[in-house]
Amino acid sequence: MNYLTSLGALPLLGALLIFTLPKSKSNSAKWLALATSIAVAFLGVLIALRFEIDRPGFQFVENYSWIPSFGINYSLGIDGIALVLILMSVILVPIVIVAGWHESEGGRWGSKTFYILILILETMMIGVFAATDVFLFYVFFEAMLVPVYFLIGGYGVGERAAAAVKFLLYSLFGGLLMLAAIIGIYVISGHQGGHTFDIEKLSQLTIDSTTQNFLFLGFFIAFAIKAPLWPLHTWLPDAAKSATPGTSVLLLGVLDKVGTFGMIRYCIKLFPESSKTFTPIIIVLALISILYGAFLAIGQKDIKGLIAFTSISHFGFITMGIFAMTTQGHSGATLYMVNHGFSTAALFLVAGWISKRRGSSTIADFGGLQRVTPVLAWTFFIAGLSSLALPGLSSFVSEFLVLVGTYTRYPVAAVIGTLGIVLAALYILIPVQKALHGPITPGNENLTDITRRERIAIAPVIAVIIFLGFYPKPLLDVINPASVATLTAAGFSDPAPTVGGK
Amino acid sequence: MTSNNLVYLIALPLFSSGFLMMLGRRADKWGHIFATLISASAFGIGAFEFLQMLARPSESRAVTQKLFSWISVGTFQVDASLLLDQLSISFVLLITGVGTLIHIYSIAYMSHDLDRRRFFAFLNFFIAAMLLLVLGDSYLNLYVGWEGVGLASYLLIGFWNQKPEYATAAKKAFIANRVGDVGLSLAIMIAFATFGTVSFAGVEEKVSGASTAALTGIGLMLLLAATGKSAQFPLQSWLGDAMAGPTPVSALIHAATMVTAGVYLITRSNFIFDNAPTAQLCVVIIGAITLMFGALIGTAKDDIKKALAASTMSQIGYMILATGLGPVGYAFAIMHLLTHGFFKAGMFLGAGSVMHGMDDEVNMRKYGGLGKLMPITAITFGLGYLAIIGVPPFAGFYSKDKIIETAFNSEGIKGLFIGGAALLGALVTAFYMTRVIILTFTGAKRWDEKAHPHESPFLMWGPMAILAIGSVASGFLLSSGNRFVSWLAPVVNSHEVEHAERFQPVVVTTMALVAVLIGVAIAIAKYRSDVPRVAPTNVNIFTKIARRDLLQDDFNEAVLMRPGQALTNFLVATDERAIDGAVRTVGAVVIGSSKGIRKTQNGFVRSYALLILFGAFALLATIWVVTL
Repeated sequence: MNYLTSLGALPLLGALLIFTLPKSKSNSAKWLALATSIAVAFLGVLIALRFEIDRPGFQFVENYSWIPSFGINYSLGIDGIALVLILMSVILVPIVIVAGWHESEGGRWGSKTFYILILILETMMIGVFAATDVFLFYVFFEAMLVPVYFLIGGYGVGERAAAAVKFLLYSLFGGLLMLAAIIGIYVISGHQGGHTFDIEKLSQLTIDSTTQNFLFLGFFIAFAIKAPLWPLHTWLPDAAKSATPGTSVLLLGVLDKVGTFGMIRYCIKLFPESSKTFTPIIIVLALISILYGAFLAIGQKDIKGLIAFTSISHFGFITMGIFAMTTQGHSGATLYMVNHGFSTAALFLVAGWISKRRGSSTIADFGGLQRVTPVLAWTFFIAGLSSLALPGLSSFVSEFLVLVGTYTRYPVAAVIGTLGIVLAALYILIPVQKALHGPITPGNENLTDITRRERIAIAPVIAVIIFLGFYPKPLLDVINPASVATLTAAGFSDPAPTVGGK
Repeated sequence: MTSNNLVYLIALPLFSSGFLMMLGRRADKWGHIFATLISASAFGIGAFEFLQMLARPSESRAVTQKLFSWISVGTFQVDASLLLDQLSISFVLLITGVGTLIHIYSIAYMSHDLDRRRFFAFLNFFIAAMLLLVLGDSYLNLYVGWEGVGLASYLLIGFWNQKPEYATAAKKAFIANRVGDVGLSLAIMIAFATFGTVSFAGVEEKVSGASTAALTGIGLMLLLAATGKSAQFPLQSWLGDAMAGPTPVSALIHAATMVTAGVYLITRSNFIFDNAPTAQLCVVIIGAITLMFGALIGTAKDDIKKALAASTMSQIGYMILATGLGPVGYAFAIMHLLTHGFFKAGMFLGAGSVMHGMDDEVNMRKYGGLGKLMPITAITFGLGYLAIIGVPPFAGFYSKDKIIETAFNSEGIKGLFIGGAALLGALVTAFYMTRVIILTFTGAKRWDEKAHPHESPFLMWGPMAILAIGSVASGFLLSSGNRFVSWLAPVVNSHEVEHAERFQPVVVTTMALVAVLIGVAIAIAKYRSDVPRVAPTNVNIFTKIARRDLLQDDFNEAVLMRPGQALTNFLVATDERAIDGAVRTVGAVVIGSSKGIRKTQNGFVRSYALLILFGAFALLATIWVVTL
């Protein structure tokens, strides 16, 4: 059975069904979208259960010739890293649909279009993680932008059109650079045994270092825009402020992970030598992102902007973990991607709910919510604790792995990165105090607490955050072999301890 | 040896806490009773384990329990695993014992609070986290408890966070602790890079092979962690503000247990510090500075809780000092920690009792003559007072005297300095504690007109009485026949090392008692006559500085907070203007030119769709060209 193709096709099928619905049936569109996304999630879990932990290489491999004259194949396959990211994506989609049940109303187009876009986006997300043909990856990578563009521009708030364009221009720029690099590596493959886009074959090429550096940069800049690394980050806060909360969750939680995923899958796998060359610069940029994102988050007046900047800080951690080139760094970074997806989802969804109730997302407009809407307030608080990586919650495990994995190779970077945990406490506790504590500010007296639908949406997210904090083993067991494989292939081994090392 | 019961110590209060939070208002009627019973049963498990431990020979008293593999990545292997040995059982009994008494006390103290159930849920959560802190068998497990108690402390300091200044106090405590946590994180990272393990046993086993530089690094980072949690210089400033929490919290968390976690951490890491003399010297210096720092602040505080908080800071300074004095010091540090747990918790509960009777007034200048109206409070508080200033045969005498003696007898000129500081600290302690007693319980009434002081109910004075018994007897019980020192010996390797003693014990004891007498006499002389209800303002510069907590907040605000805020504002401004501005300029140029070129196009959507198409075609075209 073609599991991955089925997984990717299912949302598309749902989108098609919604398309055939008459325009008046916007409620049916919602339910159909939800049913589809739940089915996809179940299939995703089924795939995860059938995934063999100890088997190296890609699993669920599918390979069909697509454009044979150019050596382009429709080939899919997942390793542990791709698996956990797909799993996170397919679990987040139904949550986002339930959480933003009324998000589609009041957009430029109807509800039908909204859910069609969401489901198409889900297909793209699965495809981009599952593709093992670089051309196919590029197609998903670029096509993914289209539904997001419409979701921001058509259903967002505030200066949504401007934000959508900004997002697009940035991504476009990165995409073009990557395109050039893809062509470059394709040309080289032609000189070495035949044109191909197959990731495994491409990783066997011998490329001289200058060329390799240029190709590396083409990929890396595209990914550094996607998982925004300072100074390529300025599109993210605008997009996050303008998008609906659900779109923001998918944008920051899933789409941006394509960037950090790409760094592991493409930059390091295809260009190990250049990865080594550029590591010092990238680590510095990652550190700047960690601290810069945190300071900017502290200075934000808008709750959504704040969450966006905390994400920039978190992406700094992820990037640092990846380029530390240790098992702990890689596994930690991958786990971080998943954990960040869930904790950011919790933050955005709750922030979205309270902003909608209050009609404002300015932090100063809130106050004393712990007494007005206790359940919403506590949910936000727990999500915040996860964002500041409190031990016992999921983010701690990944953040600590990143730091410890970085320390063994780049102690100074790890020490500077660790300062980020103090800033994290500030950027979470300052808005918590302003919005949740203190006297109830005028205008907030009559806000209603969490609804049943919202409870259903947020409960699994919080459960995942707590469960993975105590028991990250199921994910780590899947991720570890992939991390080891990536690093071994690129020629890295973990530094041995100074005492009693092997 | 292994045990299957340890996990319940943590699991019971943890689940109880989650249960009470989830049930919400539905549990309001019985939540406090439930939480108290849970705490008591944790004490029961602790006592059971203690009896079992007593029955075993000293070298096989430690028990462990492995729960599951927590984090496993490459060589980084951390189990969720618990260790109960002579050191941790001392804490378990203190935490659950004093904890249960404070639960009982709080039933009455918080009876008028609408959120009493939530308060008890937090207390249970604290007990669970604190037990995890002392039971974790690795630095990473300890870290979970370490931040857990930090969270509990944050929640409880800010229990009445509708008052902005209380919410600020809670945040301040968490941030200061986080600065310390940077130290703990880094210590764990260095330990892993050095030893390839972060478990206590693993590190201890390999410690002899490590370089002094690595051990000093770990030691200093652990000390940083300890200064945050235990309110030691230079991260001490949060403790005074933490008194915003309900008084039982101040007694349990900010006096008896959580703030002593730094002492535990250093004692637990004895194998590091014993091999890192520089780090050990820093421990001693930090302890000596803080014990004077706290004592000086204590002399100037009119708020009874803040005076006691300053004294806590100072007494923990003594403990930290002792942990820096090598193998024999650890036992004295923990002994002082235990006796302090009794007498300081007792005095805090006493302060709570006074506040209970005085409409939550905390200003001692508005107390006076309360001894007659609140005899039980006065007596229990008085016993705690005798213990803290170190009058024989009360508890503090035994523990503090040993610390002063060991300090004096440490080698070289160092011994004279730190011994002198410890002795001077004892004098100042006697002074400010006597001041508290005089202002509160004796002299003329200086109450507000509406005040009707009365003795507290049994649920409150009962725990106070039990703690008072501890204040009287615990010192003698622990120190007679060197009992506690030999009890702890297997953990801290303190096999009696006899070396040349500068001062005989009797000399030190005499000096200490003279110092105490002088302190008490000065206080009596100064506060015998009328005390003004409003603090005089025409005081000398030293008093002014002491009242401002020796300028600790002024320093932090000037050096950290304001520059940090300025940096944040600067970055926010530049991010909008410079970085985004630059990008926008490029964007405008692109948009402008593209508009010019394609006047018929009416939006970016279509143009982007075209661009994708263009990209794909370009790719295919190029491929076609190169494959020719």
